[in-house]
Amino acid sequence: MKPILEVKNLNVDLKLGKNISKIVRDSSFEVYPGECLGILGESGSGKSMTVKSILGLLDGHFTVSGEARFNGRDLLLEKGETLRRMRGKEISMVLQNPMTCFDPLFRIGDQIRETFRTHTELGRKEIYGRSIEILELMRIRNPEEVMRKYPHQLSGGMLQRVMIGIAVAMQPSLIIADEPTTAIDAITQKEILDEFIRIKGEYNTAMIFISHDLGAISRVADRIIVMNKGRVVDRGTFRQIVDEAKDPYTRLLIEKRKAVMGQYVRVLGNKEVEYA
Amino acid sequence: MTADIQYKIKKETRLRAGHHFVYALLRALSVVVLITIAVFFLMRLVPGDPAVMVLGEHADEAEIQKLREQLMLNEPLSKQFAAFLGNIFLHFDTGDSIKYGVSSRDLVLQYAPVTLALVAYASVITVISAVILAFLAATHKDSLIDHAIRVIPAFTQGMPVFWIGLILISVFAVNLGWFPVGGVGSGMGGFWHSLTLPAVTIALGQIPSLVRSLREQLLEIMDADFVLTLRAAKIPESVIFRKHIFKNAFVPTLMLFSVNLSYMIGGTLIIERVFAVRGMGKLLFDAISNRDFPLVQAVTLYCAVFVVLISLITELIAAKADPRMRQKEKSFGNNAG
Ligand SMILES: Nc1ncnc2c1ncn2[C@@H]1O[C@H](COP(=O)(O)OP(=O)(O)O)[C@@H](O)[C@H]1O
Ligand SMILES: [Mg+2]
Repeated sequence: MKPILEVKNLNVDLKLGKNISKIVRDSSFEVYPGECLGILGESGSGKSMTVKSILGLLDGHFTVSGEARFNGRDLLLEKGETLRRMRGKEISMVLQNPMTCFDPLFRIGDQIRETFRTHTELGRKEIYGRSIEILELMRIRNPEEVMRKYPHQLSGGMLQRVMIGIAVAMQPSLIIADEPTTAIDAITQKEILDEFIRIKGEYNTAMIFISHDLGAISRVADRIIVMNKGRVVDRGTFRQIVDEAKDPYTRLLIEKRKAVMGQYVRVLGNKEVEYA
Repeated sequence: MTADIQYKIKKETRLRAGHHFVYALLRALSVVVLITIAVFFLMRLVPGDPAVMVLGEHADEAEIQKLREQLMLNEPLSKQFAAFLGNIFLHFDTGDSIKYGVSSRDLVLQYAPVTLALVAYASVITVISAVILAFLAATHKDSLIDHAIRVIPAFTQGMPVFWIGLILISVFAVNLGWFPVGGVGSGMGGFWHSLTLPAVTIALGQIPSLVRSLREQLLEIMDADFVLTLRAAKIPESVIFRKHIFKNAFVPTLMLFSVNLSYMIGGTLIIERVFAVRGMGKLLFDAISNRDFPLVQAVTLYCAVFVVLISLITELIAAKADPRMRQKEKSFGNNAG
């Protein structure tokens, strides 16, 4: 099977004055259709920069080199507005903090409509109908009401549902989620995570799921790469990572996780526990 | 836990928007009341006899008594205050001017239009230039343009306004002869033409600080998560700028401008002197030098009410543009659900 996204030797440098800092170094990975790739790594390891550079979201201070082939086309070479717009329909992104990811001055409905208007030829009525559909799909019970709300009137979990809804709406072939549960409280985190698992199951969309949380990543990702200081230091299935991680940093992450799980087991009195 | 439990609806949004308006109005009214009281005591708090201050130490005792009668200084304070309030609320007046012998209100209304025109003219110049400069600086952050825009205006900011006025007069009026040296021209064209130099002078004092804050605002908004989300969704860059970044920068700009406006009015009163414009500034200075208490009170009160009115309008526009301003308390459905 051919990968849907194939990243080769990706480098991101940041130039500030005379200083050049290497933020992502020689990263290579690929994502196959229908697969969820987890990117694990602690804060500052270059996870966000990796995906932002692929999507062309970095400003002039950054230099990006390498290859990022999406369905065979190198995203890093794309310049034309039409091409980029096409890509917006094919790849969508969900960011960490849903509270700040909506424009505070526009109603939720307007913000959903904007995406439809940019990427489809649908009329106002059809867009409204489709918007209701995606909100229902995200198990939001009063879609009409939610559409009339402003972002500050909704909770983080609710906003993240809407955001995921928008991401799925264009039926992209790749969804990139950058720590989509990190800014949300623990209980809602689980629901949002379930939502991703469901999307993966139902739509068979390829996904990149970024997290610093081994537990969260183990639940959605089929394969994991571990990043440390801008490099990919380990790769494999969750099992492989847990059992045979070579990188000392990865080992540390796992030991920490195991220790937490150990306590958990003792408290609950369980005998057998999964790492998730 | 399901989404619908977590989600609670705010039914009272509209009601609360109404409340917001009432609160804003009440706040404005209470400020006006406070200013009115302050203006009343302005005259009573000066040491000594106001009538003597007006007429001089060596004035005729009978004349002093006559003025005391006119100013009601022989009555008890409560009665004076009641009369003062009555006059304000019934006639919007503070009594006859001592110097001119006519209603202070009528004098203010006669001199106000020029000043209002000057303030409006200066505001238009200020806002248009500040928005363009801040936009250029923000979109060319850290480039030569950005540095120039930030550094050059700082020079004019350090100078007193009347000094800038004098420089402009000597260059554009005396040497180049493009504008009159002073006074107000006749006819529509002549009127605005003659107000150009004073308006530019006032604007030059305002632009630097406005550009600086506006640039910061724009940079912050351009860096916001929602802009990144829009970019990731490949919403066209022009739409992101026109619709989202601009609108988000609008409210803070408006608020900032409204705060600056009161300083601007102060500056206008001084600038009028430099350019020999017969407006509120001239009226106020004359009133002060003649110790024309009722007239000073009228000018102060009308200026203050104007400022309050502007900030009330600003607040209402801001509330219209930004839904977060319509509601004080944070919404339900916080994360805990
Ligand atoms: N706008 C920026 N300017 C300068 N350095 C940045 C910027 N954004 C990120 N970095 C640096 O790049 C590195 C990787 O950041 P990032 O990809 O955001 O990490 P994370 O893995 O937490 O997503 C960090 O060391 C960070 O300091
Ligand atoms: Mg990150």
